[in-house]
Amino acid sequence: MAIKIDPNCYYTKSHEWVRVEGNEAWAGLTDYAQDQLSDIVYVELPEEGDSFKQGEVFATVESVKAASDVYMPLSGEVLEVNEQLSSAPELINQDPYGDGWLIKFTPSDLSELGKLMGPDAYEKFLKEEEEKGGH
Amino acid sequence: MAKIVEPLIFELSSPGRVGATLPELDVPPADIPAELCREDLPLPEVSEVDVVRHFVRLSRMNYGVDLGIYPLGSCTMKYNPKVNEVAARLPGFVYTHPYQPEDQVQGNLQLMWELQEMLKAISGFAGVSLQPAAGAHGELTGILIMRAYLHDQGETQRDTILIPDSAHGTNPASTAMAGFKVVEIKSDERGNVDLEHLKANLNDRVVGLMLTNPNTLGLFDEHVCEVSRLVHEAGGLMYGDGANMNAMLGIVKPADLGIDVMHFNLHKTFSTPHGGGGPGSGPVGVVEKLVPYLPGPIVDIQVVGEEEHAGHVHEDEEEMVEVFFRLVMPAKSIGRVKTFYGQFGVMIKAYTYIRMLGAEGLRRVAENAVINANYLMAKVKKVYPLPYDRLCKHEFVVEGKFKDAPDIHALDISKRLIDYGVHPPTNYFPLIVPEALMIEPTETESLESLDYFADALLRIAEEAKTNPELLHEAPHNTPVSRLDEVGAARNPILRWKPAE
Amino acid sequence: MVYVPNTDKDRAKMLAVIGVESVDDLFYDVPKELRYPQIELPEPVSEMEVLRELQEMSESNVDLLHTPSFLGAGAYYHFIPSVVDTIISRSEFYTAYTPYQPEVSQGTLQAIFEYQTMICMLTGMDVANASHYDGGTATAEAVIMAVAVGKGKRRRIVVSPRLHPEYVQVVRTYVQGMDIQVVGDENPHASLEDIAGLIDSNTAGVIVQVPDFFGTIEDYGTLQALADKAHQAGALFIVVAYPISLGLLKPPAEYGADIVLGEGQSLGNPLSFGGPYLGFFACKEEYVRRMAGRLVGQTVDTQGRRGFVLTLSTREQHIRREKATSNICTNQGLNALAAAVYMSALGKQGLRKVAELCYHKAHYAARRIAEIPGYRLLSDKPFFNEFVVRCPKPAADINRYLYEEWGIVGGFEVAKVCPGLEDSLMFAVTEMNTRDEIDALVEALREVASNG
Repeated sequence: MAIKIDPNCYYTKSHEWVRVEGNEAWAGLTDYAQDQLSDIVYVELPEEGDSFKQGEVFATVESVKAASDVYMPLSGEVLEVNEQLSSAPELINQDPYGDGWLIKFTPSDLSELGKLMGPDAYEKFLKEEEEKGGH
Repeated sequence: MAKIVEPLIFELSSPGRVGATLPELDVPPADIPAELCREDLPLPEVSEVDVVRHFVRLSRMNYGVDLGIYPLGSCTMKYNPKVNEVAARLPGFVYTHPYQPEDQVQGNLQLMWELQEMLKAISGFAGVSLQPAAGAHGELTGILIMRAYLHDQGETQRDTILIPDSAHGTNPASTAMAGFKVVEIKSDERGNVDLEHLKANLNDRVVGLMLTNPNTLGLFDEHVCEVSRLVHEAGGLMYGDGANMNAMLGIVKPADLGIDVMHFNLHKTFSTPHGGGGPGSGPVGVVEKLVPYLPGPIVDIQVVGEEEHAGHVHEDEEEMVEVFFRLVMPAKSIGRVKTFYGQFGVMIKAYTYIRMLGAEGLRRVAENAVINANYLMAKVKKVYPLPYDRLCKHEFVVEGKFKDAPDIHALDISKRLIDYGVHPPTNYFPLIVPEALMIEPTETESLESLDYFADALLRIAEEAKTNPELLHEAPHNTPVSRLDEVGAARNPILRWKPAE
Repeated sequence: MVYVPNTDKDRAKMLAVIGVESVDDLFYDVPKELRYPQIELPEPVSEMEVLRELQEMSESNVDLLHTPSFLGAGAYYHFIPSVVDTIISRSEFYTAYTPYQPEVSQGTLQAIFEYQTMICMLTGMDVANASHYDGGTATAEAVIMAVAVGKGKRRRIVVSPRLHPEYVQVVRTYVQGMDIQVVGDENPHASLEDIAGLIDSNTAGVIVQVPDFFGTIEDYGTLQALADKAHQAGALFIVVAYPISLGLLKPPAEYGADIVLGEGQSLGNPLSFGGPYLGFFACKEEYVRRMAGRLVGQTVDTQGRRGFVLTLSTREQHIRREKATSNICTNQGLNALAAAVYMSALGKQGLRKVAELCYHKAHYAARRIAEIPGYRLLSDKPFFNEFVVRCPKPAADINRYLYEEWGIVGGFEVAKVCPGLEDSLMFAVTEMNTRDEIDALVEALREVASNG
């Protein structure tokens, strides 16, 4: 099954996506990330009003055998968290770019997008990861 | 293994039943104020027969060392001698209260003191505390000792512990509990601590290095003395994780390798039973300069003048000397890490074991453990990829994957082993080997047992190619088949609840 | 050779397969000058000889099977029904490892699930873990958990001055590297109202013991008020409990507890000179992911059959490593099993009866002792089965007299933890103390008071 990449997003090397709409942004885990984690059982999300810098850990995602930190793709303040994930964490596996969104936030510095990858660059990055033998 | 669906004890409950008898009240009853009391006590009501049958039936769904080989890496699932069980049940030991005056419990204190001395002799350390309750507990203790010592030396800027990437998870967890940061040190292609990476990370912020030797790959570090020297030179201390001591008994003393503080696992190396998850015991040994920092109380021996206590006569020496054993707190102790004195009932078993083996016996333990592991490794390495092609010590790691059966994982191999009547080895650890199978047979397995196990592994490797479904759907003949761990984690049901 | 089945012949075969000449070749990487050190240990003995030695050693002790005792202070002599040892002696239970392969460990897993349930029943909490080492380390873990629940922003713990002193010592040892402040135990004569005054916005947890170390049962209204104050400040209310007392007394859930923990030794585990014991630990559902220790959960297998597994493992060290809730790995599995068997055998009626026997016998003893001229109870507050008596002579002298003249192991000398109370003895009475034993204690105390 081919790994999906959303053309409207920017991507981090740690497999988070961010989608900017006006002065709001949405963030989540990429299809590649959820595939690596396999069945997600729990998500620990921040609170509304929490602020994070680009690259800081803002959430943790757990499968049965592993826990992964999720890194902030752009600096900003959290506006809303996806409450549905507390009862249905599997949404991340099923629809990572849609219903599986993690947070909505106000980005503080859009120039930080320059440090991220576009969809094509991310696709290339994934191919390189596969070749390296990412487990 | 019995295949039974056993109800929960609560489902066997029936109002009015009791499983134990108690004496009638023999004093005038006092008034119990109603407002003090609880309204209901919802414990089960089961007869003695049903209690016994329930738990006996549960036991039949378990695998233990007394059933067959249990080759879990770094767990040292050796045979648990039955004399240990008898010794630990001697009423003179069992019915002693920790707060009885010292002169009433000299037998206990003597046993503890002798065990302290035995562990010192085996390891080369100058002082031992028997107080920590398990290996991880001993680790936290050891790190706190290192911290206290360095602070006393004025080295309060040290805040980092170096931990090899093959280390057991308790190592970084204990480090974090002591308030320190973890820096991971890589292993080299031969499985040793990478000296260059180590040198690059040594500085005056390093508290020390936590070393498991042999490591979780079963490999003795070929530069261990150099590692110790480098760490000491940088002003740090060496912590030894003694989980793999089974390979070192009588072969080398950890203190001679430059280890400053180490925990023992009595429930691994010294044959006390694992109990389905404890109790263990994690005594800590230290070099001379760290002795004052040990947790306490520990047991000290006093030679008695004729007029003083009617002490216990110690018969080891030719000249009878009267001694008295007492509990003391080391001068700069980090404090107590547990209530009372430690896992005394477990100490009795380790003591009994060491008395029956002696120095020669302990060395034979290590030699046979290492022969057994190398033998198994030699038999399976043509089929199971070996990440480090070196003679191992008491355990070894292979990869549970085959080129011509890419859909088979270590998990499948493990579950299929259960169908062969043996317990699987450790899976997915150490983290540096993909699809790891960590195998430690121990010295108490016979040649026949090892051959059976090797044979099972080789057959399963064949099945992986010819009939992989057998592995994917394993185990087939256990009380339950593979369990939904995802569901258990998503919607945790952690207790039984009565129907509404 | 003892416990090693293989013979020289076997080993020769094996060395050949390995491809080395001798055993020594297998230790090539151990520095030659350090190999095979001299180890000073006593000469090995046979099973018969070691048992004889140990019998002698154990018989040199004064043990409570043969000697009446009134010692408590955190470890209690209770009756253990024979079924407990029968079950924990089954080698499928005691020679098993931690149940990481659930298909071959359903025995251990289901037993622990039942134990977890019964601890919840006893304490009124929603979830319980599979155990900590003892009551003291369980308290330390509760401190760490309270700070974690406060997201690390609140770092102050208020403890009752009447928490078991060794528990506070263990807590202080654990937090020495952690920048956590522990206050409240400086004044042993302080009241719960006093420590309420120590709760502030930096407080992560408030810890009390019920009954307290001196045996007193605080008024539940006072405890609820303290819980409310803790909650208003955003802190957790943590209660250290004596499980046998919970056969009678209100479960701490009913007066605001968020965490209930304590020493489970009295549930089917012998005195054993202080260990191995059993730290039980339970909390409310909302905190389960911050709780340390193993957890057994119920699930189904591929055929839809009910089964049990270790779950929520991502909290633990083997997965989360330095971010784990705790470093705990091996816990007190067999002691928890003993507790489960004990609670099953005694059950609803039996545990209540044990608690009542303790209560009545202790109150009989207290009443009779208080009637002896020169002796009085330290406190007139309600108690369960333990109480402090002020004596007309130094407690140490009285205890010595009790043992030497009457063969009774006396009470706990309170001055050991509370300077200034050199005349005070704390007596614990359980279902193991007969009326005759209690009457003998009373006579002995009367005698030692009147002897010059």
